[in-house]
Amino acid sequence: MSLHRLFEWLADTPWSVELHESLWAYPIIESVHVLFLCLFLGLAVMFDLRLTGLSLRSMPVSKVYHRLLPWTQVGFVVMVLSGLLLLYGIPLRTYENIFFRIKAVLLVLAGLNVFVFHKGIYRSIAAWDDDPVPPARVRLAGYASMFLWASIVIAGRMIAYNWFDKTQNPSG
Amino acid sequence: MLLQFFTWIENTSVGEAIRGSLWLFPVIESFHLLALAVIGGAILIVDMRLFGVILPGQPVRQLARDAQPFLVGSLIVMLISGVLLFTSEATKCYDHDAFWVKMACLAAAILFTFTVKRRVTNAGDGGVNPRWNKIVAVVSVALWSGVGIGGRWIGFS
Repeated sequence: MSLHRLFEWLADTPWSVELHESLWAYPIIESVHVLFLCLFLGLAVMFDLRLTGLSLRSMPVSKVYHRLLPWTQVGFVVMVLSGLLLLYGIPLRTYENIFFRIKAVLLVLAGLNVFVFHKGIYRSIAAWDDDPVPPARVRLAGYASMFLWASIVIAGRMIAYNWFDKTQNPSG
Repeated sequence: MLLQFFTWIENTSVGEAIRGSLWLFPVIESFHLLALAVIGGAILIVDMRLFGVILPGQPVRQLARDAQPFLVGSLIVMLISGVLLFTSEATKCYDHDAFWVKMACLAAAILFTFTVKRRVTNAGDGGVNPRWNKIVAVVSVALWSGVGIGGRWIGFS
């Protein structure tokens, strides 16, 4: 089954139609998505600010990392779930939306960035844990993360605008 | 009287430019959202510390001091971008309950953050009864959440 067919099929499932047409469910899910943006991205940014030496300089990086991580994980799970629901409510139109596709690619890159950070840079933490301003490559990881997530937020917001919509009649 | 003022704002060249442009509103909205993430982090990290669920043992006073420039900076970006968004659809906001809920929450949140909460974080650990720390944290999160939810709701009509 092609991806297009999959989203077509999703759009025809009763719950998708229900979600799309509901007066309250969709706005509530969107509000949850935005609120948990603060929890997930807000704390992720605070950690990135520590990595770049722009804030929380007197705290060891490892401490900020371990204390913030569980909460960013909670925020991330809620963001993914609410995001998937939003996608499920408007599957086909979203799938065809260029900004959704850009966001999907950026999310993969952000995941890659996390992976590289864990498997690479973070291993040498003992050497710079207490540095008020960590070494250049650590700062770079922080800036890369902030740049990627900012792009993801912008792309996400743009999904709502259908300048390049293939279907000018948004119905699914 | 207020409606006249809102109508006037909407008809200023700024309001008309944003309304007439295909991409200005979304771009300003994006800045509004990016600042939301930063302000969310700056507020939550202190509130969660006050509540006792994050960074235990880290002096709350220092934490609040570190977060302060990002709180103020993102608040300024939010206010400027928010005013611009408002300018383009002032009369729609006037008729929308969510807008007034948001403004009430915003005024209360700003007032609370820069008076009560600041006093509590300045007092530092042991400065006030820990129970008060928790209450302040809950009130702060509730007020700012009201601003966020109210804001998202303006988009639904």
